[in-house]
Amino acid sequence: MARYRSFRDLDWPLLIISLIISTLGVLQIYSATHGDTPWRNAWWKQIIYILVGLGLMWLTTSVDYHTLLGQVPILYTLSVIGLIATVAVGNVVFHARRWIHVFGMSFQISEFVKLVIILMVARYLSELKSDEVSPRDLLKLGGLVAVPVALVYYQPDLGTAVTCVSVLAAGILLAGLRWQYIAAIALVCALAMPVGWYFIKDYQRARFLTFRDPSLDPRGAGYQVIQSKIAIGHGGIWGAGLTKGTQTQLRFLPAAHNDLIFSGFAEEHGFVGVVVALGLYFLLLMQIVQNAQTAPDRAGMYICMGVAALLLCHLLVNVGMVAGDMPLTGIPLPLMSAGGSITMSVFVMLGLVNNVRLRRFVS
Amino acid sequence: MPPIDPENQSKHSPPSRLFRDDTRFALGRIAVFQYLAVVIFVFLIGGFWVLQIRDGDFNKELAERNRIKTVPLLAPRGKILDRDGRVIVDNHSAFALTLSRETLKPEHIAAIAEGLQNIKAEEIRALVARAESRRVAKYVPLVIKQDLTPAELAFVESHADPDTFPEMELIDKQSRLYPHGGLAAHVIGYVGEVSEVELNSAEFAKYSQGEIVGKEGLERQYNDLLTGVNGQRRVVVDSMGREHGRPIENKDFTPGNNLQLTLDLDLQSVAELAMEGRRGAVVALDPRNGEVLAMVSHPAFDPNLFTGRIRAADWNELINNPESPLMNRAIQAQFAPGSTFKTIVTIAGLETGLLEPSTTVNCPGGATFYGHYFKCDEVHGTVDLHRAIVHSCDTFFFTVGNRIGIDHIAEYAELAGIGKKTGIDLPNEKDGLMPSQRWKLHVKREKWYAGETISVAIGQGAVTVTPIQLASAVGGLVSGGVWYKPHLVKNAHIDPPRRADLHPENVATIVSGMCGVVNEGGTGASAAIPGLEICGKTGTAQRISNDLAKSNKALGLAMRDNGWFVGFAPRENPEIIIVALWEGSGKGALSAPIVRDVIKAYFDKKARLARPGPAQLSLFAEPSR
Repeated sequence: MARYRSFRDLDWPLLIISLIISTLGVLQIYSATHGDTPWRNAWWKQIIYILVGLGLMWLTTSVDYHTLLGQVPILYTLSVIGLIATVAVGNVVFHARRWIHVFGMSFQISEFVKLVIILMVARYLSELKSDEVSPRDLLKLGGLVAVPVALVYYQPDLGTAVTCVSVLAAGILLAGLRWQYIAAIALVCALAMPVGWYFIKDYQRARFLTFRDPSLDPRGAGYQVIQSKIAIGHGGIWGAGLTKGTQTQLRFLPAAHNDLIFSGFAEEHGFVGVVVALGLYFLLLMQIVQNAQTAPDRAGMYICMGVAALLLCHLLVNVGMVAGDMPLTGIPLPLMSAGGSITMSVFVMLGLVNNVRLRRFVS
Repeated sequence: MPPIDPENQSKHSPPSRLFRDDTRFALGRIAVFQYLAVVIFVFLIGGFWVLQIRDGDFNKELAERNRIKTVPLLAPRGKILDRDGRVIVDNHSAFALTLSRETLKPEHIAAIAEGLQNIKAEEIRALVARAESRRVAKYVPLVIKQDLTPAELAFVESHADPDTFPEMELIDKQSRLYPHGGLAAHVIGYVGEVSEVELNSAEFAKYSQGEIVGKEGLERQYNDLLTGVNGQRRVVVDSMGREHGRPIENKDFTPGNNLQLTLDLDLQSVAELAMEGRRGAVVALDPRNGEVLAMVSHPAFDPNLFTGRIRAADWNELINNPESPLMNRAIQAQFAPGSTFKTIVTIAGLETGLLEPSTTVNCPGGATFYGHYFKCDEVHGTVDLHRAIVHSCDTFFFTVGNRIGIDHIAEYAELAGIGKKTGIDLPNEKDGLMPSQRWKLHVKREKWYAGETISVAIGQGAVTVTPIQLASAVGGLVSGGVWYKPHLVKNAHIDPPRRADLHPENVATIVSGMCGVVNEGGTGASAAIPGLEICGKTGTAQRISNDLAKSNKALGLAMRDNGWFVGFAPRENPEIIIVALWEGSGKGALSAPIVRDVIKAYFDKKARLARPGPAQLSLFAEPSR
């Protein structure tokens, strides 16, 4: 299959846009962590993650995605085992077990799970004989997705769980679902909300309440939201300049190099910088969607759209969170936030998109 | 059961044309996804537009407040020095506790109050509420406790971290210290936190809550002068409260002005010692310019109790004490002057010509006027004016007082300043009272009875004076009729004196009589010092009538006569005049040694300073810088 691959055929606009965004991320990580901080090495570590990510991307394109789809049962089993292991022996960081230590490195299994879910949804939906998802298939696929999602939620990692569900939702809507079923699901969700209120964890409830009114607990749960909004507002139109944002530099902004990186970016680069960065993300998404439109088959289309849906959901949840439009869920911003697992998994997703693209001329 | 079994894999590989064409069915739905993405991006950018552009200025201000901490730099009050520059009132380093209202959590207040002493959670809440109602800016720290004790300091230092009570902050300040304790306590007064009532008065309008102001005495009189101008430091801090870089603003405080008094610590201490354990007052003036050299009121209090906030127990003890230790008797005690008043009656008689030095009266131990018998202390026989002053013969003054009449007496008494405030630079001076026909008609709406003049002629009846008033009146009189306003601050502007055209020979007659009181075996003989011409006049003033004292022994004992002595020296051009009031001593003669001690200290010091060689101030070490 190697004969299908050539650098020339890669999606270069997609690559260039993702590398520009990654560069903005590295600069922002440097700005938020330089000086005497425990994370002062984060910026060059991030460069390494990006380089490793590019390598993984290339590696991902080397295996035909149909072969990958064939391995879904094994990948699925591995991911569920990995999640159970994380819950059992994972490291507790910020009250959540999300990382697992292997060979002296920590991995976030849930990032791997995202990839598996994209592939699994793509395979299941591409095997449907009709242009409509039957209730039976809906339940089957929903059940399959629910197992890892429930384990991720149990870590607890509500944000990642939500992004996984977005892949399922996007896939099903693309595959076609009668509007009656959509209405029924919406109704069930609406009814389930008050019940769910009693099942979510106390800190999540507090986060939701402080999302509605951050002043309820300005030093506690509301602190991040308040400081993040102040930081963004402090940026104004043009921003305070790289390494000049007081909220970021004086550490009023917590987690300014990972989950809240975009509010530090907004403080230092202003509204103009925000529009440019979000514009780049939009172009990135549209480029992925374009690959879906030109995909050689349903499976490839579902893979690309799964990646697009997941990234869009990530953006909405993270950027909406820092601007106070969404409750705090604690997920990173793809390509910008510091972190090995997320960065590498995003590049693998871009590898999947390229994989589909490279095979579109096969006849 | 996994729905994807390995057999199905064959369907995908190799891909067929059928699948490829198949993606078209979803193109419309992909377009929906694109529109959804547009909506989401517009929604996100809209959120940033609100935060960065619409509310940008507001958020910028919040960020500024976040990072800028305002630290007040409290100006120390000026020191108070004696006439030789020795420190009477000083400051010492102390810590005050402030709360930041920006980070204050209401539920912390109870725990913070627990760690402090003598302050309740409700009081802190009241302070916070008051600051809210006065619209004090939120970033201005609220002083809740002055002068922390070591235990309180330890509590604050161990709990002010970001995780416990980050709203607590210590500030350095200079706190009032009265190193001599109760010495001249009434003159100095005391300081304390400005009260709500005071804040609403014009006098303290420019002060703000939590500030320390003078409450009594000179501390209050010269509060504006003594109070410095606070500075402030604005620094950039990070989220942990650590300072970064150089301060944005560093406005240092301007300390309050020092106040140099006319008081002489040496004389003051001698007078304080002489009054130890006694109730009364001593006032020493320089009649040549009105400077107050010593002013004592006993019993006294320790002004150190008041700095910051006085403990309720201490306060109750002070205000419930029947001897009223907070009262400054030197300017507030209004008592009948007794025989010291005879000096005033004499000048009234001599100046009006109704009394001659040669006038004689026979004293058989009393006399009857208007149907009443008025008793004299002794049988003096035939006395002239000089002997009448020396031996304080009441019969003589009954007779001449009756002849002079109340209005002449009142005229000269008022000229000397009896019955009105001297205008000394202390708050709450009392008037005393000089009765006259007009006064009786206006105030009491009654006619003056001639019999009342008889009592007034010996300083009894309605006439009352304060010690400062008596010192000023007699001092000006024996200086030839020049009355300077008594004052406590040195180098201050001196008002031109009140002058009266008294005949020098009349003044000399009185001075000669007063000299005889001390040096010719008169009533004030115990004030005599060999080699010094001390002059004076005793006064034993009744507070209740003899009849009442006899019928009620207990009351008679409690209301024993007040002993006055007014003395000055030297005979010509007096330099110092002293009034000693010993309440309930029973005899004026007992007050004479008090005056003698102070006069002796004055002339001893004068002689010591006149000697060649380095000046020795004695008692109190080095003059302060």
